[in-house]
Amino acid sequence: MTTLHDDATATQKAVDVSDPRLSRFDIVKEGLRRDEIEIITYESQFQGTNSKAEKRVVRNIALLFIIAGLGALAFLGFYIWWPWRFELGETLSDFYTPLLGISLGVSLFALGLAILAWAKKLLPHEVSIQARHDGGSPTDEQKITGQTMMFVADELGNGVQRRPLLKGAIGFGLAPIGLVAAAPLIGGLIENPHKDELPIMYTTGFNPGKNGGNLVRLTREDGSPIRPEDVSTGGQMTVFPGIPHGATNEYADSPTLLIHLRADDAQKTREAAEADRRNQGSMWGDYVAYSKICTHAGCPASLYEQQTNRLLCPCHQSQFLITRNAQPIFGPATRRLPMLPLGVDEEGYFVATSDFKDTVGPDFWERP
Amino acid sequence: MKRRKVDLQQAPVNAAKGVDERFQAATPLRALLNKVFPDHWSFLLGEIALFSFIILLLTGVFLTLFFDPSMKEVAYEGAYPALRGTEMSAAYESSLHISFEVRGGLFMRQMHHWAALLFMASIVIHMARIFFTGAYRKPREANWAIGMILFLLGFLAGFTGYSLPDDGLSGTGLRIASAIMLSIPVVGTWLSASIFGGEFPGHLIIGRFYIAHVLLIPGGLLALISVHLGLVFKQKHTQWPGPMRTNTNVVGERMFPRYALKQGGFFMAVFGTVALMAGLFQINPIWLFGPYRASEVSSASQPDWYVMFMDGLVRLMPNWQIYIGDYSIPPLFWPAVVGLGALTTGPIFWPWIEARKSGDKRIHNLLERPRDNPERVGIGAMAFTFFIIATLSGGNDVIADKFHISLNAMTWAGRIGMLVLPPLAYFISVRICLGLQQHDREVLAHGVETGIIKRLPNGQFVEVHQPLGPVDDHGHPIPLEYGGWVVPKKMNRVGALAPAVKGFFFPVEKPAEAPVSPGMPPVSGDTREEITSGRK
Repeated sequence: MTTLHDDATATQKAVDVSDPRLSRFDIVKEGLRRDEIEIITYESQFQGTNSKAEKRVVRNIALLFIIAGLGALAFLGFYIWWPWRFELGETLSDFYTPLLGISLGVSLFALGLAILAWAKKLLPHEVSIQARHDGGSPTDEQKITGQTMMFVADELGNGVQRRPLLKGAIGFGLAPIGLVAAAPLIGGLIENPHKDELPIMYTTGFNPGKNGGNLVRLTREDGSPIRPEDVSTGGQMTVFPGIPHGATNEYADSPTLLIHLRADDAQKTREAAEADRRNQGSMWGDYVAYSKICTHAGCPASLYEQQTNRLLCPCHQSQFLITRNAQPIFGPATRRLPMLPLGVDEEGYFVATSDFKDTVGPDFWERP
Repeated sequence: MKRRKVDLQQAPVNAAKGVDERFQAATPLRALLNKVFPDHWSFLLGEIALFSFIILLLTGVFLTLFFDPSMKEVAYEGAYPALRGTEMSAAYESSLHISFEVRGGLFMRQMHHWAALLFMASIVIHMARIFFTGAYRKPREANWAIGMILFLLGFLAGFTGYSLPDDGLSGTGLRIASAIMLSIPVVGTWLSASIFGGEFPGHLIIGRFYIAHVLLIPGGLLALISVHLGLVFKQKHTQWPGPMRTNTNVVGERMFPRYALKQGGFFMAVFGTVALMAGLFQINPIWLFGPYRASEVSSASQPDWYVMFMDGLVRLMPNWQIYIGDYSIPPLFWPAVVGLGALTTGPIFWPWIEARKSGDKRIHNLLERPRDNPERVGIGAMAFTFFIIATLSGGNDVIADKFHISLNAMTWAGRIGMLVLPPLAYFISVRICLGLQQHDREVLAHGVETGIIKRLPNGQFVEVHQPLGPVDDHGHPIPLEYGGWVVPKKMNRVGALAPAVKGFFFPVEKPAEAPVSPGMPPVSGDTREEITSGRK
């Protein structure tokens, strides 16, 4: 290992690399000179060769490489032989992923440390200085390139200017081709949200139009209809439109919360509902049904606080007061939850007497 | 003259010659091998992002071999008993399949997710380093802009990625994304209907997000990362000021062998860390969330951390709806569309804004210590305070629950804090910077406090200062000029410690490394007579 403190003048001179007396490092230095690099120090980190310190570092690095190899072998071993199929209960397979992580992590980490230690502790310490060149090309180069570009522009631009026929033809030829690129994107991708007879933005599964004109029953997730006595006083239930796929994500706007209020709360709620143009006559007895889809961002506003009669949306914490037409009383929601007009059919099951009278779900620009 | 024969030693030489004759690679290759890189730990933060990206590509390719980006309804019949018989999308079923029935699949999934979180985290930390040291100044403005776009692309990659499993949590995220699109004035409903192919959720979105997640966005990331690194190469890395370092040179070590080897080692260390996290820390256990149902959500539904600031802003936004005739703009629009847009695109223009404000058209290859530009630090502190409050507010329901605080109080604290704390952070950080500056100047003028108290003949006690430079005839230090780099402030920083005492394993006292560049030989006990200001 060499230690060199070059004086600047020595590195400035070019050397003849064909000179057989040059050492390999001399040739490397000539390369550095050509790359405008001055090497300030390049010195071994150890005193003398085979010093005790060096041997210790070498031992440590070797150990790290061995750990890396052992870790990798352990990973392979675990990967192949450890029971990995998922089983219920506490089984050995629970440890499969952690064991893979530990073995691979230890292996790669040890490998990383080994390489780092090799570079930092074993390789000679180095300081080099390389020159930078900032601030653009030489002015004559800038000028030549600029003039060349102007020349090209002149050739094309003036050529077109002088030949009106070409100008028109280029315009006529290129514009439609540009549109061709846009056509499949626009034509295929753009959907009109208002095109359907029952517009998707304003229709839920409770619309009789989805049920051949008949009133839609309220059902559980499994499709079974609900009688008033199925919901105990103070209780609530998530209900879906009783139509095919009514409980699936196909009707993502339809989930509704059916609440059986206690008598005093029901009284308050009814007074508020009757005083409201839209919600008039929508309750059935002490039962009220509100859309579960938050009018803020569309999460299900499903945390029902029985004590305070509030519905809380867990996504952004909008809170709605059930006894006052589900008016938002806290959080970012501006609009109340729409009320579903309730009725009971001749067989004694809950039905929606019409679709929601207000738009369900998050708000948008053109909502009436 | 040697006898000519088939010489094995000569074979690589001949091969190299052959390559060079065809590609003329010798000169550029030498320049690459010799390229000098400055070295500082803070220059490696961006590397973590690069390495995480490589891990993401590797693990991501593995996941695509098993994932089925389809929303077709199927009944689950897999290995996880709790969900057997449940109707779910094929995407969710195949995600469960990867987690339970592909050997090592869960490990790969968790590695992918952890690497994604690390990717975004290291981008943010790397950007903070760039910002607070002024590394974005001319000629590197474009690379700063590219970095911001990389953050935005990473954000989109993350969002599309965690939507893919189509579990209960990610479906809720999609629902909110749809609501955010709906909130855009005039085109909202059209945009949402076009992206989802009709009403939310439709049957197309997973397939569309899939192609965006595995091709379009990674393609953009790959292209921009290449340009980003290419510019770092071309413009050469910035360096800290210090001995020998000027605006027109690079002081460091050559790329090969030492620098490249250190990079490789660091990559393996990052890879190992991600593997450890993936094995030991569960992330996104989708089988607990169940398939997405529009009617179901649990409390504490949080997105990944880098989306939480947006969720927090949405939570804090008061319910102000703007009515324009028959039309209206929902409050969701401001934090989620305007806020996200402004926060990710606004900072792109910062380098030009700062340069215009200060009228600075010079080229800067030397970094600035944060304290030397208090106003920049103040603005950065303000931005980060805002970001942190928004992020914490994204989990304010969990904080409220764990610390038994009223949820409404948390919301109000966030709303008020968002307005009050950033200016406060600005004020405090500017004061701290000025104080640090003043202390630097004081030490340069008077020297280092030695801790030695001297009693003068008249009974007065004074502390002895060790001058950092030459002294005048009265023994008073001649004030030194500040060089933009660390000023030694303790005696052991100027080599006052005695030679290290040998312990059993390590030296009991290690001589502190002097705060000078690697260019200066390490200060040890026997070179104590040379005390400089840290400036040549």
